[in-house]
Amino acid sequence: MMLQQSSFIPAPPAKLVVDSVSKWYRTARATVHALDNISLNVAEGEFVCLVGPSGCGKTTLLDIIAGLTKPDRGRVLADDQVVEGPGRHRLVMFQESALFPWLTVMGNVLFGLKLKPELTAKERRQIALDHLELVGLEKFADANVHELSGGMKQRAALARSLAPDPRVLLMDEPLASLDAMTREQLYSDIQRIWQTRRKTILLVTHNVREAVCLGDRVILLSPRPGRICADYAVPLSRPRDINSAELAGYAREITAALKSLMSEVVAE
Amino acid sequence: MRRVVVAASFFIALIAAWYVAVMSGRWSPVLLPSPESIADYLWSALLDGSLLEGCWVTLRRLLVGYIIGVAMGLPLGLLTSTSQSFEDTVGALALGLQTLPSVCWVPLALLWFGQTETAMLFVVVMGTVWSVLIATDTGARTIPPIYARAARTMGSEGFHKWTRVVLPASLPFLVSGMKQGWAFAWRSLMAAEIYVTILTGFGLGHLLHYGRELNAMDQVIGIMLVIVLIGLAADKVLFSPWERFLHQRWGTGLKQR
Repeated sequence: MMLQQSSFIPAPPAKLVVDSVSKWYRTARATVHALDNISLNVAEGEFVCLVGPSGCGKTTLLDIIAGLTKPDRGRVLADDQVVEGPGRHRLVMFQESALFPWLTVMGNVLFGLKLKPELTAKERRQIALDHLELVGLEKFADANVHELSGGMKQRAALARSLAPDPRVLLMDEPLASLDAMTREQLYSDIQRIWQTRRKTILLVTHNVREAVCLGDRVILLSPRPGRICADYAVPLSRPRDINSAELAGYAREITAALKSLMSEVVAE
Repeated sequence: MRRVVVAASFFIALIAAWYVAVMSGRWSPVLLPSPESIADYLWSALLDGSLLEGCWVTLRRLLVGYIIGVAMGLPLGLLTSTSQSFEDTVGALALGLQTLPSVCWVPLALLWFGQTETAMLFVVVMGTVWSVLIATDTGARTIPPIYARAARTMGSEGFHKWTRVVLPASLPFLVSGMKQGWAFAWRSLMAAEIYVTILTGFGLGHLLHYGRELNAMDQVIGIMLVIVLIGLAADKVLFSPWERFLHQRWGTGLKQR
């Protein structure tokens, strides 16, 4: 394991507190109530999955935690500090990889590292290489982004997000656009990486099995306005297999809750 | 290899047809000189230095004006893409002036600056700046917002964001805008040189104009040829490397044949 050999000490994972956050969107025709009084605690090093149907404000919530969007009410605390804007300690991994096409894979991983002035060029390169190795892309360091497959792009994006050593990793449906085979491979990779690096991770998804496979906790959000309506602990041992019967049992329970939620919305 | 043969035989056929037309004797050699008389003129102009002098004068005006134009257009384009007030003022002005053929600046430049190098420079700058400005503006506006968001979360703000994210992300637009700016500048400079004599330097346009005055068709066609060659060379030297880089990195323009 290259990472344990290299000299840098990883930053400790963060405690995250979402304190009664509400958000409205004003469009030309109407005001949409996106999030309603969301409160949420995430412990250090915890892996939490947010699940909900589309339109439940999952991405908005993630943006607010990242500091990319300001809440209309409430606040977010990261390590007891109020989040005022985006910061290097809370990196976001997006649904599309958002890799920069004008840089090579290596250049992309170096991008965030170059914003850390305390590192030397040599250290940056070593950290970037270590992370490419962590996601299995060391052979593609000099490749162009368009030459990567969808799964490889998300791996590169993961390496880019992890390399600057953030305390929190926010993942916005990072696997939604991948095919099933690639996704299954990434489930085990993400678990392996999380177990070695112990980041606080908040992952947004609409895939219940994915959430159960990855999360210590699965939080269910209801749509319009987004509210937290259930919080499940997943006590399964790791590494988890997405196809195991035990996991499917948990997923079934949450899916049933999600379905009843949807029918309520339709009935309204 | 096949492509080279096809291209070569096309141009050989073109020159052969020219020869045939000259040989037929239907047109006066004053109006239709033979290819070798043009080669003769170019050779003698090369030897007496007038050709190199003309190329140098023209290219110097073009390059200096173009660099100034790009140096003004890039930051202004970034400003208009971010600030509403800049968009409504400078942006609107640029949009209007871009539709003005840059040759139309020549009379104004002459009245303001007289028959000087400054007038030439002014025309070239005006030809360059607006298209570069508009291309930068369009490029910066059409960047997928996800790039800016990703950059912000990694801590890229202010100057770093502009130089490391916005400019490279809009590179496809920038290169085509700079190419257009180059084309406009080149055309307007030629027009200006044909139109006015400036005693501090005789450019290619001036040689062309002089050829007409002397009824020297070999000079006229010879200089036209040189102008075409310079245009092609500029394209290869200035823009091809960028375009190759773009295609390679972005994975665009890959030949499907």
